[in-house]
Amino acid sequence: MKAKLLGTLATSLVLAAALAGPALAGPKEGGRANVVIQPEPPGIMTGIVQNAPAQMVGGNIFESLLRFDTELKPHPQLATSWEISPDGLTYTFKLHPGVKWHDGKPFTSADVVFSADKFLRETNPRTRASLSHVESITAPDDLTVVFKLKETFGPFIRMFEAGTLPMVPKHIYEGTDFKTNPANNAPIGTGPFKFGEWVKGSHIRLVKNPDYYEKGLPHLDEIYWHVIPDAAARAVAFETGKIDILPGGSVENFDVARLAKTKNACITDKGWEFFAPQAWLWFNHRQGVTADVRFRKAVSYAIDRKFAHEALWNGMGKVSTGPFADSTAFRDDAAVVKYDYDPAKAKALLKEMGYKGEVIRFPYMPYGETWQRWAEAIKQNLEDVGIKVELIATDVAGWNKKMGDWDFDISTTYLYQYGDPALGVSRAYVSTNISKGSPFNNVGGYVDADVDKLFAEGATGFPDSARQKAYSAVQKKLSEDAVYAWLIDLKFPTITHCNVKNLITTGIGVNDGFKDAWIE
Amino acid sequence: MTGFWSRFRRRRLAMIGLIVVALVVALAVAAPYLYPQSPWKMVQRPFLPPFANAMVPLGTDTLGRNVASGLAHGAQVSLLIGIVSTLVALAVGVPIGAIAGYFGGLVDDLLMRFTEFFQTVPSFALAIVLVAIFQPSLVSVVVAIGVVGWPPVARLVRGEVLAQRRREYVEAAILAGQSHFTIITRQILPNVVSPIVVLASLMVATAILLESSLSFLGLGDPSVMSWGYMIGAARTVVRQAWWLSFFPGVAILITVLAINLVGEGLAEALDPRSSRDHH
Repeated sequence: MKAKLLGTLATSLVLAAALAGPALAGPKEGGRANVVIQPEPPGIMTGIVQNAPAQMVGGNIFESLLRFDTELKPHPQLATSWEISPDGLTYTFKLHPGVKWHDGKPFTSADVVFSADKFLRETNPRTRASLSHVESITAPDDLTVVFKLKETFGPFIRMFEAGTLPMVPKHIYEGTDFKTNPANNAPIGTGPFKFGEWVKGSHIRLVKNPDYYEKGLPHLDEIYWHVIPDAAARAVAFETGKIDILPGGSVENFDVARLAKTKNACITDKGWEFFAPQAWLWFNHRQGVTADVRFRKAVSYAIDRKFAHEALWNGMGKVSTGPFADSTAFRDDAAVVKYDYDPAKAKALLKEMGYKGEVIRFPYMPYGETWQRWAEAIKQNLEDVGIKVELIATDVAGWNKKMGDWDFDISTTYLYQYGDPALGVSRAYVSTNISKGSPFNNVGGYVDADVDKLFAEGATGFPDSARQKAYSAVQKKLSEDAVYAWLIDLKFPTITHCNVKNLITTGIGVNDGFKDAWIE
Repeated sequence: MTGFWSRFRRRRLAMIGLIVVALVVALAVAAPYLYPQSPWKMVQRPFLPPFANAMVPLGTDTLGRNVASGLAHGAQVSLLIGIVSTLVALAVGVPIGAIAGYFGGLVDDLLMRFTEFFQTVPSFALAIVLVAIFQPSLVSVVVAIGVVGWPPVARLVRGEVLAQRRREYVEAAILAGQSHFTIITRQILPNVVSPIVVLASLMVATAILLESSLSFLGLGDPSVMSWGYMIGAARTVVRQAWWLSFFPGVAILITVLAINLVGEGLAEALDPRSSRDHH
């Protein structure tokens, strides 16, 4: 009897599926996405906390005026249209009508002015630096905002990304201490998802915003961001089905290839174009053999990037050819001097400079397995051409300190380029950005007046052809000097179950991807 | 001495242990000749399984490095660290124990409270803290293992010296006007050397285990190929490449077991009273 009942049930299920099949051509409504968040962020109010995991969650609550596709082209978000004056100094945005904050209050141009002019200038140093080019921000009417610049600033339009310039509610923050406002713990944005709850150490829950201004979106009912501290446990959670989505970097690279082959697993390396993380080897330009361009060239020739790309990164991303990452604007591959794997050339250069076996201190970046294996491989590459290397093991705090104190000869690192050289590249090369204490500025101490000048011309040049000219010249110069050994333009693969659809559609991937996502 | 050897030889397990230890030592000594290239050298494609290629009989690791070469060079490191850190522990523990046992009284009290201070801290936790503070390197690992290893030595030596202290030959030496130093080093210590040797042999095994555990946690010298490092590096790929953790794991198991067998054999052979109970 029981068996028969089950049989009937199975038949009807099959039938139901068959009937439902054709009807499911469009996105399916409802359901829950289970995602890993690693590590647990200190907060998700992205106007205040800028860590990568904070942006991953907060990017679905907060929005900016624009959204960028995988080619970094701007698309409407809170702004329906925008206009740039012919002289490149005035940007006029028309806002989407009828947008409401999650607490029901209307979103207007006053919120935009408040966010850019008051809030983010105070809370976000990276945004503040870019906003220094802005003379005034005004709101002629409720749905129009005008930014007037002091000088042309090419990357300006790329600031209107959710993580860089998120719109925050004026009626909640005005006149309060931004950093201690209680709304930071239950953020209120305009995005497709609202804050649900946050159980520290367990999960963050976002729920669908039923009043979202883009009709029919989002499709999902809720998102659960699970906190799972161990990489192996995260992989198991994906295999058992507890987790549907592993954002980039949440499992070890070695596990990526294995997980990608498991049943119903789909993998993509898209969704990092805007950040364009590039890995390279710092050289300390201040002293010792690393101050000698021949030594730096020798190292550049000695490193087998293709091997690391295949063995450590599963072929994800691209082997770097120069200081501008693959998806960064104004990259000019024809202008750069390339350093292909060529140990013989490396040996010849070392002989020419008279390298006497000085030991190179290498406090490698302690960001887990892949980076340690990579340091070991680089050490071996260098020893193969006769360079003596001392690997120095540290933890993240110790490494930050060593880099900030310039206590190294070479070291691995990676930095985001934010799509535009003025936003993410120049900071590692210009002499004005040398200061002790930070591992993210011009740590190598490279100083060149021409390079400073070219980067400045590139940032404020107008139109784009002028910027391109400056940036092509700077790429040539930096590669001739072998300023750093550029390794790989990284992509952090996102692994999902294949029934998760339409998740990665923009240049910032999962950070604002749940708006369009649905689960079959 | 011949009596000792004949007693030791009669213990089959101890002899097996000795042969295995001898083989490990031979492997360590032969490593530079068997595998003249650095064990860090990437020689083949990564993740090559064992027995697939005669050049790399035990396969390759995540970077294409020769596992067999790593095992051979790792034997050097494991033995070196085991022996040197044991010597460090003896160098600290024997004098402290001997002084405490010989002088007794307040000196004994002070030294033993000091020793207990170290004993109350879990030894592995202390070793981790020490290595983390001094940056992982061969020296800091050896020192850390030595520092957590000396208290048992001190306590053992103290007990043995205390027992010898009231013997007549010591009284005679004192009456003969010998200095305390001479009495301790020339008269007493030679009589307590047997238990120290036994303890030391077991400490070598413990030290190898400790080093492996530290390396497993990523606290080994990053420039040195050791068995613990190999297992630690293989941890995340254990489901794709079993051989990466299996072979060094077996190497540690066999070596530590063999040293323990030798140690027990020594204990029995050095103690004539126990020899009649065994065959």
